[in-house]
Amino acid sequence: MGRRVLVLGGGTGGTLVANRLHRSLPRDEAEITVVDADDRHLYQPGLLFVPFGLSRPSALVRSRRAQLHPGIDFRQSAVDRVDLEAEQVVLQDGTAHSYDVLVVATGARLVPEETEGLTGPGWGSSVHTFYSLPGAAALSAALPTFEGGRLVVNMVDMPVKCPVAPLEFCFLADWYFHERGIRDRVEISYVTSLDGAFTKATCNRELSGLLAEKGVEVVTEFNTGQVDGEAGKLISYDGRQVGFDLAVMVPLHGGAPYVSRSPGLGDELGFVPTDEATLQAKAAPNVFVIGDATDLRVSKAGSVAHFQGEVLVRNIRRFLAGDALDASFDGHTNCFIESGFGKALLIDYNDDVEPVPGHFPGRFGLPLLRESRLNHLGKLAFQSLYWHALLPGRDIPGLTSAMPLAGKRLDAATSA
Amino acid sequence: MPTKTYRGREFEVDAEGFFTVPSQWSEDIAAEIAREEGIGELTDRHWQVIKFMRHEYDEKGAGPTVRVLGKTSGVPIKELYQLFPRGPAKIAAKIAGIPKPRGCI
Repeated sequence: MGRRVLVLGGGTGGTLVANRLHRSLPRDEAEITVVDADDRHLYQPGLLFVPFGLSRPSALVRSRRAQLHPGIDFRQSAVDRVDLEAEQVVLQDGTAHSYDVLVVATGARLVPEETEGLTGPGWGSSVHTFYSLPGAAALSAALPTFEGGRLVVNMVDMPVKCPVAPLEFCFLADWYFHERGIRDRVEISYVTSLDGAFTKATCNRELSGLLAEKGVEVVTEFNTGQVDGEAGKLISYDGRQVGFDLAVMVPLHGGAPYVSRSPGLGDELGFVPTDEATLQAKAAPNVFVIGDATDLRVSKAGSVAHFQGEVLVRNIRRFLAGDALDASFDGHTNCFIESGFGKALLIDYNDDVEPVPGHFPGRFGLPLLRESRLNHLGKLAFQSLYWHALLPGRDIPGLTSAMPLAGKRLDAATSA
Repeated sequence: MPTKTYRGREFEVDAEGFFTVPSQWSEDIAAEIAREEGIGELTDRHWQVIKFMRHEYDEKGAGPTVRVLGKTSGVPIKELYQLFPRGPAKIAAKIAGIPKPRGCI
């Protein structure tokens, strides 16, 4: 009889895991069901481009169901809770589903209401976010009417999805106001809770240099306690203030609400404690976690979910066969950083190796940690790769779970 | 590896003064570290946070962020900043003798 694999979440991680599992397990061995509250799969990396009119919101959304291989069951309902003891998931449509293996792939959600005043006066007019589709669309309507003043981009606190996205927003804003001929009338500030623009030393140096070059002021260790939309200021817990005419917020993130309703599954923020090498949940041996839903200290990014997918699927097969798990996820992360004026940087790193200069994936590839036109084209090309290779769960040449070392200038990391 | 001396004993610390071997720490040196960080007297509320930091480190191998402290330590974020004005997560970690909390990336 087939074993039941239940995948909660039909986003990047859930979709690619379901598809990979479906291909690697014989039909009669596993019955795979993917659950999601809606049938709208959003290409999240595209959100960054929407405010600047470089992407249309409708071009970023496709059916979740349509991304799943035939033979995978899709069930549209929100999750009420997971009962780890009974090995059962209760959905909000009232049905209960037992599982042999559960995959938690429900990502992270925005919790702007956790910051005092953020969703109060000014929300949607002078206070925005591009981290949701409606938010990005609202900002695309607001930016063209901005004629000058202080633009503040604020990352409230980690963890957030794609920690480089707020920096990319600053770079693109610099380009955008240049194009409109009003850059000299706009002040751009990046306000972050971190003690630098980015936490990885070599990368922080490169990005800080770029920010300075583009005239973006950086305010660090600013822990936003309150957003006062009427007065136009951010107020930190330690009493500092940053004034703004337009605020672009990256709100606090949390896990999916059902995680906190499921005894023993999540931590205080609703993320799921996960073994960093096997991707097994700490709560139960037959629960696995992928992507933004984990509590891991790796970036919440699609590339990470892709790299995790390979290890996760191998481990689910091993678990079902009663074999020892493969502890090989190395924290591999890869991201393009759009830097404006048709250029981008590329970084590729893992738990042990910092982002370093060189080339990717080998000696003759895309330049690492350096602005180039080629990387910008790579970033644009990635959207098609996402729908046609990454989600279907294909192995992508050069983009494997184990981080490549060829082409990397490792000496640059030690001098950081 | 740099070291610091508290109450006549030597401790291994990182470049910023955070303990690298938390087991070397004991409660009797907390007040001296706190003074270095500009905190005059350690009240019961300070101790509640310091003990929570130790507990979290023992459980999870890393110190909590300010947001998690605010949710779970029993001391709200605003008060945490009154107790440790220069940054609760960092300063309390230093006084509690645990490594600097790594910002997730």
